[in-house]
Amino acid sequence: MSILKFLGKRLVFSIFVLFGLSILIFTISRVLPGDPVRLALGARAPEWAVQNMRRQMHLDQPLYVQYYYWLAGALHGNLGESLYTRRPVTQDIKEFLPATLELVLFAGVVMAIFGVLLGAVSGRYSNTWVDNSVRIFSYIGVVTPSFVFAILFLLLFGYILNWFPSAGRLSPGIARPPFITGMVSLDALLTGRLAVFGNALWHMALPAVSLALGGMAQEARITRSTISDNLRKDYIASARGFGVPERMVTLKYLLKPSLIPTISILGLDFASLLANAFLVELIFNWPGFSRYGINVMLNKDLNAVAAVVMVLGVVFIVVNILVDLIVAWLDPRIRLGAERGK
Amino acid sequence: MAETLLGIDGLHVQFKVYEGRLRVLNGVRMTVQGGQRVGLVGEAGCGKTTTMRCVLRILPIPPGKITKGRILFQGRDVLKLGGQAMQRVRGHGISMIFQDPTAALNPVFTVGDQLMSVIRYGSRQDLSRKEIRERALGVLREVKLPDAERIFTNYPVQLSGGMRQRVCIAMALSTEPELLIADEPTTSLDVTIQDQVLRLLNELVDRHGTAVIFITHSLGVVRELADWVYVMYAGGIVEDARKQDLFDRPLHPYTLGLMDALPKLTGGGIPEGISGRIPDYLDPPTGCRFHPRCPQAMAVCSASRPARMGQGDNHGVACFLFGGETDD
Amino acid sequence: MRMASVASPVLARRWEGFKKAWYKFSRNPVSVVGLVFVLGVSFLAVFAPQVSPYPSSAGKYVNFSEASQPPSLKHLFGTDVFGRDVLSRIFFGFRYSLMMGVVVLSLVVVPGVVLGLVAGYYRGTWIDTVIMRVTDIFLAVPPLILALAICAVLTPSVFNAMMAVSLMWWPWYTRLVYGLASSLRNEYFVQAAEVTGASRGHILFREILPNCVSSIFTKMSLDMGWVILIGSALSFVGLGAQPPIPDLGTMVADGAKYLPDQWWIAIFPALAIMVTVLGFNLIGDGFRDLFALEEV
Repeated sequence: MSILKFLGKRLVFSIFVLFGLSILIFTISRVLPGDPVRLALGARAPEWAVQNMRRQMHLDQPLYVQYYYWLAGALHGNLGESLYTRRPVTQDIKEFLPATLELVLFAGVVMAIFGVLLGAVSGRYSNTWVDNSVRIFSYIGVVTPSFVFAILFLLLFGYILNWFPSAGRLSPGIARPPFITGMVSLDALLTGRLAVFGNALWHMALPAVSLALGGMAQEARITRSTISDNLRKDYIASARGFGVPERMVTLKYLLKPSLIPTISILGLDFASLLANAFLVELIFNWPGFSRYGINVMLNKDLNAVAAVVMVLGVVFIVVNILVDLIVAWLDPRIRLGAERGK
Repeated sequence: MAETLLGIDGLHVQFKVYEGRLRVLNGVRMTVQGGQRVGLVGEAGCGKTTTMRCVLRILPIPPGKITKGRILFQGRDVLKLGGQAMQRVRGHGISMIFQDPTAALNPVFTVGDQLMSVIRYGSRQDLSRKEIRERALGVLREVKLPDAERIFTNYPVQLSGGMRQRVCIAMALSTEPELLIADEPTTSLDVTIQDQVLRLLNELVDRHGTAVIFITHSLGVVRELADWVYVMYAGGIVEDARKQDLFDRPLHPYTLGLMDALPKLTGGGIPEGISGRIPDYLDPPTGCRFHPRCPQAMAVCSASRPARMGQGDNHGVACFLFGGETDD
Repeated sequence: MRMASVASPVLARRWEGFKKAWYKFSRNPVSVVGLVFVLGVSFLAVFAPQVSPYPSSAGKYVNFSEASQPPSLKHLFGTDVFGRDVLSRIFFGFRYSLMMGVVVLSLVVVPGVVLGLVAGYYRGTWIDTVIMRVTDIFLAVPPLILALAICAVLTPSVFNAMMAVSLMWWPWYTRLVYGLASSLRNEYFVQAAEVTGASRGHILFREILPNCVSSIFTKMSLDMGWVILIGSALSFVGLGAQPPIPDLGTMVADGAKYLPDQWWIAIFPALAIMVTVLGFNLIGDGFRDLFALEEV
């Protein structure tokens, strides 16, 4: 089936999933012990204020009515107001989401490039010291929780050695670039402010690397084992056997088929980036969406929680679709829907 | 007329595995003349493919290890060549058709891409991109693939097994090699296709004057295609002869067993297999590796390995029944 | 061994198979290290009250005269700000980690595997579609996000954390077994069983399932590590175990405030997490290599 049909199917499915997710999170967030309105207004608020707010938020209506109101609002861009920040949730999203996206994208790029590179080198030179050190490193990377890395890095490089800043997205005194995407580094790049771009990257370095390490290690392992397996495949022996030079065999005929499993994992690893972002944001005090998410969750801020889950869900789905597209492009067997012959 | 194109001399190969060392090849000796067609017969696991991979030096060397021997191609010892030099031998000098065409073709690149790479690097001629493409299409047509242009842009997954094998043959021949090694080229194909492919190979080899080594476990194939036959067992050559001589007068007990195992149209009851199994390469039998299964084994057979004894110009056999020299 | 072969040839064969598997497994030093770690952690977890030097540290215990002591002979890993012995708390912490892994996997494996078997066997029918679509929906949701949200809106506790993680974990087993079962169902031995009139249950559980066991088992070993990791992340954020429960993640979170001066309060629990997860990872890899070799 063609790429377009594939894309279409996935989109329809994704919308379906988002619906299901919204229902799920909505139901869970409404069906909880405790009174969110009370929490928001405080114990001293008069009863009529509480009742008022409750009616305003439709909390006295049956569940499906509430859902309807929420959905209608959401489709019009109104996700309600956050009880925690007292602002429209959409405004919170606009403020906090780019910070997280920026961090996660940077971490993702670092993770993908270094993960594959390390894994490829390790696989190509199997059982040498290079391979063994990469394997040890990747074991440690996979096993250590990212919050541990974050703490250690902050401690070591932030406080003790002071090589990297330990808070904030930009050094004080540096003006933020105009708002295009909300991502400080990208905006700086797009408007030509290279010094600001550099500064932003410098601030992102520690949190991004702590985020990326787990996934990097994972990618390195998968790449290594795939390359190591494919090296023994007949089509490599065959290419060599016909006189194709070693460099060409490695860089072209070995690399492409080996990237396929790695890239498939990338989608999953990206999810882990999104998920672990909250840990890192907490530790580095990064003003991001995940930290906002944790705060609203701990405060039982219904609208915001629903919004956070939905936004992250959308991001995740988009990334997965992209990854699947790339894999389909790389691997003709998937594209052409091979019949299982002999 | 024909000088010795390939000479394998006393090849010993080991594989290091979890449990120890597999002593797979135990002194293989073989020669191929220019333009000659040699059949290499033996049951599965006897070391035929391993030997051929040594010739091309595509044996995976960390588990594998060539412990002794020489392989002379056009007078030079292939085992001593450096990387670049070996690369030059491959393709234009020696080409190989693998047993499983599906595994031998890279699934994520088109047929055309792979074919052109092979021609570009393997044929050792400086050809323009256009010329390479022309040659690729030409050779695809030569192997009787219909609609060569379309196959050129196809991925291996889109072709049937028989077509994939033809592509592999095309690739092997595209570099115009002096020696072609065909490793069980028809084993993974349907019986009806097998015949076609064999005929095709025959024709092409005739036309190009290439020397061929046919690896097979089928005596029938050998009978059709070979001039000279080598019979291999458990890592060593037990008998070799001109085809007719081998079939008229098989000498080695193993060869006799193989021949007996073939069902005969002229009656003779149910064919008997050879009792026993191929040896464990971790702990192979001492002396002649066939002796545990040999109906005519003698005391000396477990003590030392027999050397090849010529029985006339066109026949040689490694068996103490026919001579007394040991080989070490 | 002789008794076993007299008593039951089936048992004897199983014992032989087990011995052979153990032999292969033990040849790989890395796997053995993992096994040692896991057994060590398990032992400490089970016998925490008996083995830890200051068992009362695991609960509500305050002793300010001993607070914030660096590692010493008296307190091998030091004490925290309440005077509780870090080492003992870690031993008790292992209990919660292991419990998380065991509970989640127990809840998740059976339904996940059964669903996968059924979907794989009935591949192409509506049964397959329904099951796998539901699975896909669960898989399409960013895993941790859902767990977090569930934990958050319910009262944070160890139990709720386990429920949340289970809810997001089961689809992986279904997908794994689905892939295996749908390719196995075309094998000759399955068709032979069908033809001879074997019941569906027999085919699913006595023909197909045994061939999936090695993959399932490998995954379970690795998953123990992952679940423990996720559990500690949840606790770290405050959505899992609540103080004074000595959960390793909570301990790291508490200790993080006192870095770098009282480094031992956070670092040792962090190392404890790493060792546990590493152990399960190494075992899982060992199993994977073991089963792969068998195919060769």
